[in-house]
Amino acid sequence: MSAVEQLASEPLLRVTDLSRWYGSIVGCRDVSFEMHPGEVLGIVGESGSGKTTLLKCLSGHLEPTSGQVEFDTRRHGMSDIYGLSEPDRRRMQREDWGFVHQNPRDGLRMRVSGGANVAEPLMNLGRRHYGEMRSATIAWLERVELDTSRIDDKPRNFSGGMQQRIQVARNLIHGPKLVFMDEPTGGLDVSVQARLLDLMRELVRDLGLAVIIVTHDMAVARLMADRLLVMRRGQVVETGLTDQVLDDPQHAYTQLLVSSVLQI
Amino acid sequence: MSEPSKPLIIVEDLAKTFTLHNAGGTVIPVFEHLFLEASPGECVVLSGESGVGKSTLMRSLFGNYVPSTGSVRVLHKGAYVDITGASPQVILEIRRRTLGYVSQFLRVIPRIPTLRLVMEPLLENGVSTEEAEARARALLSDLRLPERLWTLPPSTFSGGEQQRVNIARSFIRRYPVLLLDEPTASLDAENRAIVVQLIRDALSEGAAMIGIFHDEDVRDAVATRLFPVLAYKAAA
Repeated sequence: MSAVEQLASEPLLRVTDLSRWYGSIVGCRDVSFEMHPGEVLGIVGESGSGKTTLLKCLSGHLEPTSGQVEFDTRRHGMSDIYGLSEPDRRRMQREDWGFVHQNPRDGLRMRVSGGANVAEPLMNLGRRHYGEMRSATIAWLERVELDTSRIDDKPRNFSGGMQQRIQVARNLIHGPKLVFMDEPTGGLDVSVQARLLDLMRELVRDLGLAVIIVTHDMAVARLMADRLLVMRRGQVVETGLTDQVLDDPQHAYTQLLVSSVLQI
Repeated sequence: MSEPSKPLIIVEDLAKTFTLHNAGGTVIPVFEHLFLEASPGECVVLSGESGVGKSTLMRSLFGNYVPSTGSVRVLHKGAYVDITGASPQVILEIRRRTLGYVSQFLRVIPRIPTLRLVMEPLLENGVSTEEAEARARALLSDLRLPERLWTLPPSTFSGGEQQRVNIARSFIRRYPVLLLDEPTASLDAENRAIVVQLIRDALSEGAAMIGIFHDEDVRDAVATRLFPVLAYKAAA
């Protein structure tokens, strides 16, 4: 092991032989990998390849049929997340994680203001000082480049791209260690996509965040991810540095996937 | 650099073969048994006709392509690290600090202003925004890119303008090892001369370079030796 390898930090997330079956149908199987702080991992593959099942298992929303998901939690250290009690796991999800959904409606509360959406994670963590929460909210709205004079507007009065920015702010305000993103730019016009991707990349770099991003869009994968897991029929068929996987894919399926992307 | 004679990059017994699984398993051998080194101040220029495998070699050195066998060791923070066996995390760290790559094409996120793109490698290395901006401005001026373009994303720029943005991104900081894949391809004579000067300055400061230059004037101006890739052609 070289000096460089030794400098690498302890893993933040360790996934071991994870499988999830739906009866006799496989969701994902035999998935193992580790993630370190500050890494951005992309999970790519076609619809039905098992990306979403894997993401649900990793993010504590779907218990695997077998295998482990261990995470370096703030309160309990490295723990099997499905070994934690339900309240402990929920608290860990609130404190240590964020989850950006493809559809802002799944990640935002549409009946309360954009500002309240951003502030809510702080309240969930027991903060009660209104002035502090408001200033943190304003700072985050600025950080995601939203007009702070619209802090009291409801999410539905914002465009899709702006709703997604609110969701990003809501999922970062509490200082998570790991953020899951499920096709975060999937519902947006390409013109809005590029700017949001750049914003997310900048935040990830500045905050040293670890991110797991699921996407079927190879361009998004190239821009966001440090490395990729390529999934097919529930299994990981190839992993590696993002540009390596996309420019010199080794597995037949990845070669097909990459060569199927339309060039413009 | 304490030991200036030590090679900064050592390539040993490298081979690269492509296997096209969706084309009946066609195997395309490119090169094999390839040995190459570059030391501080050296600019090794890959020679040979198109299709001989120069770009494939460059991409293999950068960890972009996966070599079939052999090693590519880069002197990174005082120790040699074989990037062919390194984790993605380590390769990215080496690319951030030690190993730069200038391609013919600018590949960046759309809609980001030029100045920001040039500042990015510095920001990634922890340089303050103010200093990064000052250095980016200075370099873009040196490269004679009109100031009115700096606030614009480069997607609408001419080929030569895009290439200068690309060069600025790679020369904004000093990489100990720099890989140059036709960095002057779409530049006019005057701009080529500016880039030649940038390359020479970096070499005199101790960088090691491996490059592809089709333009003979540029090649003659920067090469310390030629490396014929054809000599390592793999048998088909």
